[in-house]
Amino acid sequence: MEVVVNGKPEQTEDGSTIASILEKRNIRKEMVAVEVNGEVVKRDDYDSLVLKDGDKVEFLFYMSGGAEKR
Amino acid sequence: MLDFTEDQIKRYSRHIILSEVGGRGQKKINDAKVFMVGAGGIGAPVGYYLVAAGVGKLGIVDSDTVELSNLQRQIAHSTDSVGAYKTESAKKTFEGLNPDVEVVTYNERLSSENIMDLIKDYDIVVDGSDNFPTRYLVNDACVLSNKPLSSGAVFRFDGQATTIIPHEGHCYRCLFESPPPPGMVPSCQEAGVLGVLPGLIGLIQATEVLKLIIGKGDLLENYLLIYNALEMSFRKVKVPRNPNCPVCGEKPTITELIDYDEFCQMRF
Repeated sequence: MEVVVNGKPEQTEDGSTIASILEKRNIRKEMVAVEVNGEVVKRDDYDSLVLKDGDKVEFLFYMSGGAEKR
Repeated sequence: MLDFTEDQIKRYSRHIILSEVGGRGQKKINDAKVFMVGAGGIGAPVGYYLVAAGVGKLGIVDSDTVELSNLQRQIAHSTDSVGAYKTESAKKTFEGLNPDVEVVTYNERLSSENIMDLIKDYDIVVDGSDNFPTRYLVNDACVLSNKPLSSGAVFRFDGQATTIIPHEGHCYRCLFESPPPPGMVPSCQEAGVLGVLPGLIGLIQATEVLKLIIGKGDLLENYLLIYNALEMSFRKVKVPRNPNCPVCGEKPTITELIDYDEFCQMRF
């Protein structure tokens, strides 16, 4: 099936979850907020939420600035 | 009614001739009071352009001093200002640009103890901070005191900006409910940033502030703008208001300000 991740279509296996896509991309779940079809998904649901063909997934990264060492 | 001086009419003429701004809009800008968190990569361009636009009062809080490594992007400071407080350095630059503007400096670190008092006399807050404890503190303070907030951040080649109108649109916690665990997000490490990037994000924030002041256009309310410099891509991602948000939701669990630990002490 095809899901749209951060605006780009991507082939993924049937039964993929948020957690499995994060893992495939080597993104730790603590580093992002996740939206599916415009709704924020709770972190506790990343394992259980099974994606459907055509779902739009957004991985929104925590960003605080801070190019300087403190 | 609109008591501009001759010099002001000249200085702001390119605003005044815009029908969306006009004399009335310019007067609103001249009367506006904006509080800026940070006089660094984001604060420098935000302050610079808001001062050029003639905001009435610009408050700047920052406890840091200027370092040589700041000058690649923090354009309010100059080589001569290395070692000086960023607030003082920026004030000098801004006052040179536009003597109409009252620049007020606070050489202190924001905390739950002082933030409410510092922002209370201002209309709009701009977050250009460089750490998560401040980012959450500023969001919560703006929600609790019902003040519009323009929030922006940069990292390497990426930037984000959003505009928060408390209790009307989303807030930072509607999306990023709680800070990431220490050491998880590489923001505190020396990951680098393309020097122009905070300029670009800062000017998006300054644009939002001016739109807020004159009451025109569509804000980044309920949106997160995501920019990538390498792809030269802008994406506006819808961020819904979260009814379960811990600070702006229907049953808030955060009713007073929190001083999170400084995550960045986890450096290795």
